[in-house]
Amino acid sequence: MKRIGVFLCWCGSNIAATVDIEETMAAARKMPGVVYVDHNKYTCSEIGQAMIREAIAAHRLDRVVIGSCSPRMHENTFRKTVEAAGLNPFYLEIANIREQCSWVHKDKLTATEKAISLIRTAVAKAARSEPLFSTEMSIERRALVIGGGIAGIQAALDIADAGFEVDLVEKEPSIGGRMAQLDKTFPTLDCSACILTPKMVDVAQHGNINLITYSEVEKVEGFVGNFTVTIRNRARSVDMEKCTGCGDCYAKCPSKVDSEFEMGLAKRRAIYTPFPQAVPNKPAIDRANCRYFTSGKCKVCQKVCPAGAIDYEQQDQLVEKKYGAIVVATGFDTHKLDNYGEYAYGKHPDVITSLEFERLVNASGPTGGKILRPSNGQPPKNVAFIQCVGSRDKAKGNPYCAKICCMYTAKHAILLSEKVPGANAFVFYIDVRTPGKDYEEFYNRAYEECGATYIRGNVSKVFPDGDKLVVRSVDALSGALVELVVDMVVLATSVDARADARELAQKLSITTNAYNFFNEAHPKLRPVETQTAGVFLAGACQGPKDIPDTVAQASAAAVKVVSLLNKESLLSNPTVAEVDIKLCSGDMSCLAVCPYGAIAEKFIEERHGREIRKRRVAEVNTALCQGCGACTVACRPGAINLKGFTNEQILAEVDAICL
Amino acid sequence: MKVTTDKINSNLIKEVEEVSGQKVSACFQCAKCTGGCPVVWAMDVYPHQILRYAQLGLADELLNSKTLWICASCQTCDSRCPREVDIPKVIEALRLVLLRARGGNYLHPNNLPARVLENAPQQGLVSAFRKYAR
Amino acid sequence: MRYSYYPGCTLKTKAKVFEDTTLQTARALGLEFAEVEEWQCCGALYPLNTEEVFPLLSPVRSLAQARAAGCTKLVTLCAGCYNVFRRTNRTMRSDAEVRGKINGYLEEDYRGQVDVVHYLEILKNDVGFAELAEKVSRRLEGRKIAPYYGCLLLKPRNEMDFDDVENPTIFEDFLRALGANVVEYPYRTECCGSYLSMANEEVAATAVGRILTSAFKNGAEALVVACPLCKYNLEEYQKGFREAAGSPAAGIPVLYFTELLAEALDVREQDGQ
Ligand code: SF4
Ligand code: SF4
Repeated sequence: MKRIGVFLCWCGSNIAATVDIEETMAAARKMPGVVYVDHNKYTCSEIGQAMIREAIAAHRLDRVVIGSCSPRMHENTFRKTVEAAGLNPFYLEIANIREQCSWVHKDKLTATEKAISLIRTAVAKAARSEPLFSTEMSIERRALVIGGGIAGIQAALDIADAGFEVDLVEKEPSIGGRMAQLDKTFPTLDCSACILTPKMVDVAQHGNINLITYSEVEKVEGFVGNFTVTIRNRARSVDMEKCTGCGDCYAKCPSKVDSEFEMGLAKRRAIYTPFPQAVPNKPAIDRANCRYFTSGKCKVCQKVCPAGAIDYEQQDQLVEKKYGAIVVATGFDTHKLDNYGEYAYGKHPDVITSLEFERLVNASGPTGGKILRPSNGQPPKNVAFIQCVGSRDKAKGNPYCAKICCMYTAKHAILLSEKVPGANAFVFYIDVRTPGKDYEEFYNRAYEECGATYIRGNVSKVFPDGDKLVVRSVDALSGALVELVVDMVVLATSVDARADARELAQKLSITTNAYNFFNEAHPKLRPVETQTAGVFLAGACQGPKDIPDTVAQASAAAVKVVSLLNKESLLSNPTVAEVDIKLCSGDMSCLAVCPYGAIAEKFIEERHGREIRKRRVAEVNTALCQGCGACTVACRPGAINLKGFTNEQILAEVDAICL
Repeated sequence: MKVTTDKINSNLIKEVEEVSGQKVSACFQCAKCTGGCPVVWAMDVYPHQILRYAQLGLADELLNSKTLWICASCQTCDSRCPREVDIPKVIEALRLVLLRARGGNYLHPNNLPARVLENAPQQGLVSAFRKYAR
Repeated sequence: MRYSYYPGCTLKTKAKVFEDTTLQTARALGLEFAEVEEWQCCGALYPLNTEEVFPLLSPVRSLAQARAAGCTKLVTLCAGCYNVFRRTNRTMRSDAEVRGKINGYLEEDYRGQVDVVHYLEILKNDVGFAELAEKVSRRLEGRKIAPYYGCLLLKPRNEMDFDDVENPTIFEDFLRALGANVVEYPYRTECCGSYLSMANEEVAATAVGRILTSAFKNGAEALVVACPLCKYNLEEYQKGFREAAGSPAAGIPVLYFTELLAEALDVREQDGQ
């Protein structure tokens, strides 16, 4: 007979106010195998843990049941506690009598009854627990960072500075991302390029960083410490070794297309670098728009290239690499405005998005930093800024707040007043949200010192009227109807997850929320980790974020990577599936349901009388198995068991509840 | 106008929510509805204020509002509302409550100018009587 | 192709020309419009509350008849009827409770099997605007025409699913197929005041004034509509607008789109025959 100790936690009043601890203790004493019962106000405290250790020694306990909060909170802590007292850490069972009991019940009687039932269940399971042991796995001491915006750049630099090799994969021809497109940054108004470009150069020059641009992640296999990633190096049509970045090619290329970097406000060539400070400063040919690739004639760039670097024959290359950890930093897309016909975007050239405005104010932008109306090249006198376009709109856009628009709109209003003296900024808002250091003061400055007029009302419609725009709204605070005639309308466009975020999430076995932003492992306590060990998040791919938050998260992710890569080895999770070959029928139902590809078929040889027969059975790759248990349910003969959650244990739990 | 605790719990609002099938609490007062309403200039209580008054339980102000008879049910507002509030349904519910309580009609055939009776299409006449009379 | 045809009250009386030109052009295009037998008024307005269910009886009766007659599409012309039918049909498809009540009362089993379409949609999808353009024998070359959508074809956004609510194009595409010069103006979807012209005339008049001013400023010589009530309002309040605008123009004629179609297909002469 096992000697089981039961410890009940009050969790202050969280549990004790709803569950009758005395009564639960009395009931626990009568449960089979229980030889000791105690309670504590805060079991997770040092005193609480000491109590458990002492009781194990004093009462020769060999199994421990703790009735407390969810195992997601403190299971690791308590495993260490029992291990310190000389028990196998998997001899611990936690009965969740907080989240699943005291927090969801009001009535003390029923809550106590349920707590007793949960304890009885855990006791039944503990009585059948076996010792489990982790094995050691080696670690590939290299990191992959996906996405070369400010998040990816920061994470890569921090990991590289800690002494580990980093591959930084970027799908565009240059790193820099969204931040490279911006003019000034709030709340300090320092120039985005001035603070970003040095970091981009650092990346290029860092001995530990290997920059892989114009490339995408194709496939991810393996597990923490040992990922195998296939990267597609898209054919750049330019030999990176030979190219000197002189730029003769794009000066002469005859094919002009809208520049993505300039948000369509200027043209680029088919062979191009996205912007002058590009890193690497070497062009790529956009084959869809190249004359040679579309019509077979041209080759102008090849003729003019003094280095002979143009290579039309290049093919996409698939490269397989090994990594110990991965940081995802793929950024965001701006919201498509198809559902917002009321704002006349695309109907009138002077209705622009905030990112387009950003290019207009940018000294390196299409107007050299002059704010000019796209329709006639004249400076605007009156500009309406419409906030929340595509945000906070569950009917037509994103139901969530995009977080950055209030601040960048205040910035736009300030920049307008600086660049076009005498111009009027009208900011239409639903609420102004400025939580952040020095943010409220920045917003105050927009209306107090820079003359912006804030109007509390969502604009309902923009009517083009000749070369002007009529903006119809209401000021909800005064009740005055508003009809402004303006020269330009700037739409504060919402922040979306990347269009291909779900695809990437699938490759990485991480999850997304309803809007395709990657999910962190815990919204408060594990904000840069994902549910998949070894995969970390940085920046707006996890949710809308401004630059300070992005950089902070990127550095945090880097620390997580570094502490992982610094480990001697990794301990495997011992709660994995195990096949009993004697019972396995070889029908491989398990293989079909395993989401982690952890099951393979294998052939064993068996002697039948004289004959040796081959028989197919399932085999679990314990390194890949995440212990989800799907296979154990699919297996008809019951040949697969999940260690730590055996069929016997689960049935005992069910019996404990029902009988 | 004054907001008090018992007004906020007014029965009128419960009735309006039932009849309209709309949740007045969903509105976050962005006022997009008002900005686009083609006849707002003739209203005394603007569409977003109808929702606000309802949230605050200002029953008398709502029932005495001219707006109930001005809204053309054009559905411009609800086609743009970011909170999926069907504003004309809320207005219609108020109108129904009022017509029932008063028992009277806002429109009577005798009051229509002969010119209108003669020229207006059936569609218009039927619509008006369905809106304005019981 | 054969369609069940629901004319509605107004097309039989004040808007006779709407029906005549519809039937003439449909015939010319080889479309068979079979009038629903013993149809009744659709109620003119879709009920905007949770309590009134029985106004839906009449449209459902017609829809069920269309189905019994073996038609998969029921066509309407008047934007009011279209709005009521389209929304009723949607309710019959998606709201089991209302469906149960209506079917119980009518002793039918109608679940939205018939599609409600507008004649414009037939021209766009079943005939095809490119094909229509080929059939046009008298192109409306040089005619500056401003389409006026009004509300009922388009709104509510999530129920009608007729065209983009804010930037519809079907009318413009139709006019281009006839060879007309399409006048773009921002007020083409602003409400004309609807039934306010029965009880609050000055409100409707102002709404109409804005639409006409906008169309006029952008060079419109005629407005084209799909709704008898829009037509009535736009015509009735032209006088005030002309005075206010100080416009010398004798007014902007308001036409049903089928009138232009009949003209372009050159089937209008048949009127008198
Ligand atoms: S548009 Fe909708 S959310 Fe905004 S004020 Fe009107 S009802 Fe409220
Ligand atoms: S439905 Fe009524 S409140 Fe809404 S926009 Fe139209 S007239 Fe105004």
